[in-house]
Amino acid sequence: MTADLETRPAQAVRERAPANRPRNLADHVSGWGFAAPAVVLIGLFGLVPVVWSAVLSFQHTDLTSPGTFAGGDNYAKLVADPLFWDAARRTLVYVVLFVPVTLALALPIAVMLNQQIRGVVLYRLAVSVPLVTSTVATGIMFSWLANPQFGLVNAALDAVGLPKQGFFADPGQALFSVVAMTVWGWLGFAVIIYLAALQNVPKDLIEASSLDGCGRARSFWHVELPLVAPATGFLLVWLTINGLQLFDAVYVTTKGGPLRATTVLVYHLYNEAFVSFDGGYAAAIGCAVFLVIGAFTLVQLRFNRRTSHYEVR
Amino acid sequence: MRRPSALHLVLLPLSLVMVTPLVWMILVSISTQEESRRFPPGLPGGIEWENYLAAVRDAPLGSWLVNSFVVSIVCVGGNLLLCSLAGYAFARIPFIGSKVAFVLMLATLMVPFQIVMLPLLIMMRSLGLVDTLGALIAPNLATAFGVFLMRQFFTTLPRELEEAARIDGASRLRTLLQVLLPLMRPTLATLAVLTFLQTWNDFLWPLIAVQSPGVMTVQLGLQSFQGAHTTNWPKLMAGTVLSQLPVLLVFFFAQRFFVRSVAAAGIK
Repeated sequence: MTADLETRPAQAVRERAPANRPRNLADHVSGWGFAAPAVVLIGLFGLVPVVWSAVLSFQHTDLTSPGTFAGGDNYAKLVADPLFWDAARRTLVYVVLFVPVTLALALPIAVMLNQQIRGVVLYRLAVSVPLVTSTVATGIMFSWLANPQFGLVNAALDAVGLPKQGFFADPGQALFSVVAMTVWGWLGFAVIIYLAALQNVPKDLIEASSLDGCGRARSFWHVELPLVAPATGFLLVWLTINGLQLFDAVYVTTKGGPLRATTVLVYHLYNEAFVSFDGGYAAAIGCAVFLVIGAFTLVQLRFNRRTSHYEVR
Repeated sequence: MRRPSALHLVLLPLSLVMVTPLVWMILVSISTQEESRRFPPGLPGGIEWENYLAAVRDAPLGSWLVNSFVVSIVCVGGNLLLCSLAGYAFARIPFIGSKVAFVLMLATLMVPFQIVMLPLLIMMRSLGLVDTLGALIAPNLATAFGVFLMRQFFTTLPRELEEAARIDGASRLRTLLQVLLPLMRPTLATLAVLTFLQTWNDFLWPLIAVQSPGVMTVQLGLQSFQGAHTTNWPKLMAGTVLSQLPVLLVFFFAQRFFVRSVAAAGIK
């Protein structure tokens, strides 16, 4: 039966489809049979909690005993909480430094690693090693490298006659130290994305531009750079989303200190939920972070659609 | 002979900066206590294996590693099986509600974990899974990303492949296992590597879902170890090296492939 169905012209198949109930039923059954385990797990642990989180944000709850209805209390608290706004400001400072610095370093490195030179494989390996290093291990390594007493970075400063610095231990430098550490951690990822984009740039385009008298630099600015714009757009969104969710790197190095200097939004959320046991308020902070991320993603996607019409082929 | 490129002048120092933290971690892990507390720091005089023994002796590092392996391997297995099945269904079987289910599932990819974790903790508590490895496994057993990856893969395969098998009377499951599975190997490997990396290096969820030292994963354990041993850097670094050994090994043996996977997924 299936065989003759396949050989008929499309027209006939379309006419016959509604009458073909048994086959549809079998498809529904086997379709759900195949998809159900994953769909149920993802729905239960990925989708239900989103709605639940919104509910929690209107409750007074410590996350262990049943909550009570709180109306808009948590959001009122959020607006009036100076600690929340301080955390938001630090998160903004962090993202505004972390994202552009990572992008600005990654592109030239990717361009260099895209050249046919000796040992380029080793260089790529060196740059991508931080990809697999966990944030905990990274945090421990950097705590030691930036140790105020006997760290390697201070040794380097000392060698050129500069005074030792506190880095993670100095309220004025801690957030910047976290920026430096996370740039190290994400640089390899950004380089790989750019490298993939550069390798997709058709060689004949660059040859054509050089035949037209374009220098190496000009063909980079006017041919390659616009063509990797989608990669830049993707990285911008991806790094920003991850930057807004900064937590692990802070927890392992500074625990939000010193003097709250690195208490970013998600760290504040963690404190409220698991130190102050104010789960409802923590959920409200989470919803606020979610809204910011959602809004940013939408704006960026729209912007991306407008800039990525360079699509070749 | 070609002149060496001037780019080496930039790339060599850059590479050194990138690998210094790792190299230094290994150097400190084989230093003596005194050597690790010198200023300026220098190379160790010999190899202090004792640090590694001390790290394993003074902390349940062994059981943390076992826990991490159990969680990672079970999650890899779960994702390979469940995401292949669901990905195949979404790509090939026209079943009722498939579009809605797929879109809703993709929507979860946009949700930051901080929004999910509070209700997830309540759920785990009511399931009696808090402070067990089950709490770390259950939410990661199937991932929306994995289903999406597998669905994308199945849509690129020519339909004729499976139709031939179906005409010969093979069931969908048999077609999937015997005809498509051999072709899925690279995609399955990508999914396995990424799932392993993510569960192995995960920190925030284990931090809130697990408290007892006996059920900690190696990342979480290491962090608690750090709190207790900030004065003994060599021992701490030895523990850190051990915690990263599995992923570093995977990385060095499958570097090319690994990098491609990470680029494909946008995951760190």
